[in-house]
Amino acid sequence: MAEAAKKPTGTAYQPAGVSPSRRAGRSYTIRLWSVRHSRFLEIIYNLFADLFLKLHPFWKAVGYSRAEKPVKFIERNVKGLLFDCRMCGQCALSSTGMSCPMNCPKQLRNGPCGGVRANGNCEVEPDMPCVWVQAWKGSRNMEKGDAILNVQKPVDQSLRETSAWLRVTALAAKAKEAPAQDKGAAK
Amino acid sequence: MNDTHPHDPGLPLEPLPGHSSRGRLERILRRGEFAVTAELNPPDSANPEDVYERAAIFEGWVDGINAVDASGANCHMSSVGICALLTRMGYAPIMQISARDRNRIAIQGDVLGASAMGVQNILCLTGDGVQAGDQPGAKPVFDLDCMSMLETIRTMRDEGKFLSGRKLTTPPGVFLGAAINPFAPPNDFRPYRLGKKIAAGAQFVQSQYVFDIPMFKEYMKKVVDLGYAEKCFILAGVGPMASAKTAKWIRTNVPGIHIPDNIIRRLEGAENQKQEGKQICIDMINEVKEIEGVSGIHVMAYRQEEYVAEIVHESGVLKGRQPWKREVSRSEAIAAAHASEVHEGQLQNQQDLVKAAATHQS
Repeated sequence: MAEAAKKPTGTAYQPAGVSPSRRAGRSYTIRLWSVRHSRFLEIIYNLFADLFLKLHPFWKAVGYSRAEKPVKFIERNVKGLLFDCRMCGQCALSSTGMSCPMNCPKQLRNGPCGGVRANGNCEVEPDMPCVWVQAWKGSRNMEKGDAILNVQKPVDQSLRETSAWLRVTALAAKAKEAPAQDKGAAK
Repeated sequence: MNDTHPHDPGLPLEPLPGHSSRGRLERILRRGEFAVTAELNPPDSANPEDVYERAAIFEGWVDGINAVDASGANCHMSSVGICALLTRMGYAPIMQISARDRNRIAIQGDVLGASAMGVQNILCLTGDGVQAGDQPGAKPVFDLDCMSMLETIRTMRDEGKFLSGRKLTTPPGVFLGAAINPFAPPNDFRPYRLGKKIAAGAQFVQSQYVFDIPMFKEYMKKVVDLGYAEKCFILAGVGPMASAKTAKWIRTNVPGIHIPDNIIRRLEGAENQKQEGKQICIDMINEVKEIEGVSGIHVMAYRQEEYVAEIVHESGVLKGRQPWKREVSRSEAIAAAHASEVHEGQLQNQQDLVKAAATHQS
């Protein structure tokens, strides 16, 4: 990045080794495991998404809004364990090599930034492997890994703390129904 | 240096086919000349003359002056403020916007304001983390990232609407830029990331300091092979290091700057380190200008601005340039006429003036 450099003067501010937002004592083991097994998780997710879509009549009968609470609970805990999910409500894991971009201190949806350290760690949290370096690694294992080359839209903050699974399912069901309706209209 | 339209204050220069801005930088690049941009050291003061003084060094021979937006997360005069002063004086600024400090509402508003002031070039940055600067306790914003910022501003310009879809009456005609860092991991992803920036709207990019020529060549080769150099103008970042000590400090403390050991050794071995730093910079310029796909240089010389002219002059990159013709803009004429009333010491009779305004007499 074309940022101005600083001269070393006696009173120059020395950047702190860690950011104030750092979470204490967090291990990155599981998160890194998920990235290493991104292909496996991609297969699992595809099966799971199909199943969820097949359950569309059920979600509809129960009501998507009533299903929200229990589904969100499961989603938060499963994705929280595997990816340190932050419940942004608009999951991009399939496009980011199974490395959650919301764990980036800059919450970049289109990373990595130019500040990645030579050892591949984060500029802001020096002991954390850069989320986006991991994302690139993970994406290389995945069948649809090139989705990382798509420009992601900015996060819609109003969708925070909602279930991405249900939203994706509802949208997929709608997309499936739309052409069927068109055909019906043509007849 | 003036690059505004002689007849309409909102329209700097006649639009040229295939140009999205009416600024000097885009024109120079599109006619295939080797562009030179420089960075203005933002003052820690409220005195406009500090900006005028610092810009005066660049008068005429620079195609764009970068107005930095709290670079390194250090607080200085805002880039919008610097641009207001620079456009007032007829300079051609490149306004940097960092995603760190402002959300999408503020950014879109600033883009309209900047374009109305005559800013022709906007550079979208993610920005360094707040931990790098003088106020590490600040709340980092990062509402957009550089990529979504590019896309947002491109939508404003080309489709005439805000991110929300609300219509603009006059879209901002700006030349869109971004930054690249070919020297940070993951190195094999970096060229594709430039591709993403181009897809998002980047028309020119300025790179991080180039000190590692082999690494930069490798990056540029990939970029050229992917066809990105035809879609985007690439300006290589260069700058002098004041001493070996400075260079070492920068490489450990400023995020994203890669300085190989041979450069440090070359500085250490020199009798006059400052002179050697300048010479290294000139050597870098001569190296990068021969690399395929490089359209210009961006000179960053924090607190050594006085050397920028020497460096550019000695490198000879401006040889063969077509002279730039300055044009007087109508907005300046309007502002001058308005100011002349003040100079004449004309008294304002409030009662008469309010009566005239109330009865719609001009």
